[in-house]
Amino acid sequence: MEKIFFFMFAGAAVASAIAVVSIRNPVHSAVFLMSCFLQTAALFVLLRSPFLAAVQVFIYVGAVIVLFLFAVMVLDLGRERFGEHLHRQKPVALAVIIGLVLVMGIGISQGRLEAPIGEYTEEAIMKNTEVMGKLLYTKYLFPFEVVSLLLLVALIGAIVLTMKEKK
Amino acid sequence: MIPLSYYLLLSLILFAIGIAGVLLRRNIIIVLMSLELIFNSVNLSLVAFAHFLQSMTGRIFVVFTITVAAAEVAVGLAILIAVYRQRKTVYVDELNEMRG
Repeated sequence: MEKIFFFMFAGAAVASAIAVVSIRNPVHSAVFLMSCFLQTAALFVLLRSPFLAAVQVFIYVGAVIVLFLFAVMVLDLGRERFGEHLHRQKPVALAVIIGLVLVMGIGISQGRLEAPIGEYTEEAIMKNTEVMGKLLYTKYLFPFEVVSLLLLVALIGAIVLTMKEKK
Repeated sequence: MIPLSYYLLLSLILFAIGIAGVLLRRNIIIVLMSLELIFNSVNLSLVAFAHFLQSMTGRIFVVFTITVAAAEVAVGLAILIAVYRQRKTVYVDELNEMRG
C-alpha cells in the first residue's frame, strides 16, 4: 500500500520537475514547481516526518513560490520565443548530466547502509514535533540562533539590494 | 516497507533534473527555480537517511536547509531585480561582464 503511494508521489514529482525545466512560460514553471514541492511534502509524511511536511508546505509553497510569482509579475517576462530558451552549451551539459546520473546511480544501487542505527525508532518518533522542538532548543540551540541571524541578514540584504538609489 | 535506495534514486533523478535546468536554461528565474529543485532533492535524501538510520540529525538539518534556501531565494530574487533594472535582460549568457 505504501509502495503505491510512493510511486504515485514520486512519478508526479519527477513529471512536474521535468515540466519546470522544460516549459517556456515562467508562471507555469512556478506552478509546476509548487506541485513538485507538494509531492515532496507527501513523501516527507511517508518518511514519518509530518512536521517537515508542514514546514515544506508553509515555507516553500507559501513563501518561496509566491516570491517567484511576484518576481515574474514585476519583471513582466512573458513567454520566450521558441529555440531561445536553451543555452549553446547543450551537448556538454547533457554529457555531464548523464555521467552524473550513471556514476551516482551505480553508487546508490551498489551501496549498503552500514552506519550505526540511532535511538529514534518509529514509536519514539510518534511525537515528531515534540522531539524536534526539544532537540532544537537544547542540543541544536547554537545553530538555531545562527540561523535566526542569517535570516535577519538576508532580510536586510534583500531590502538594500532592491532599494532605488537616490540621485 | 520501501527500501532506502528508492528514495535515493528519486532524489538523484530530481537532482539531475535540477542540474539540467541550471545548465541548459537561459532564463535566470528558471535557473533559480532549478536551484530550489536541487535543494528539495537534497532535503528528500536527508530525511530518507534520517528515517532509515532512525536518527533525528537529518531531520533537524533539513529545517536549517529550508531556512537557508528561503534566505537564498530572497537575496537571489533581489539581485535578479537589481540586475534587471540595470541591464534589462534576464538571460544568463548575456550577463557575462565578470567573465575573465
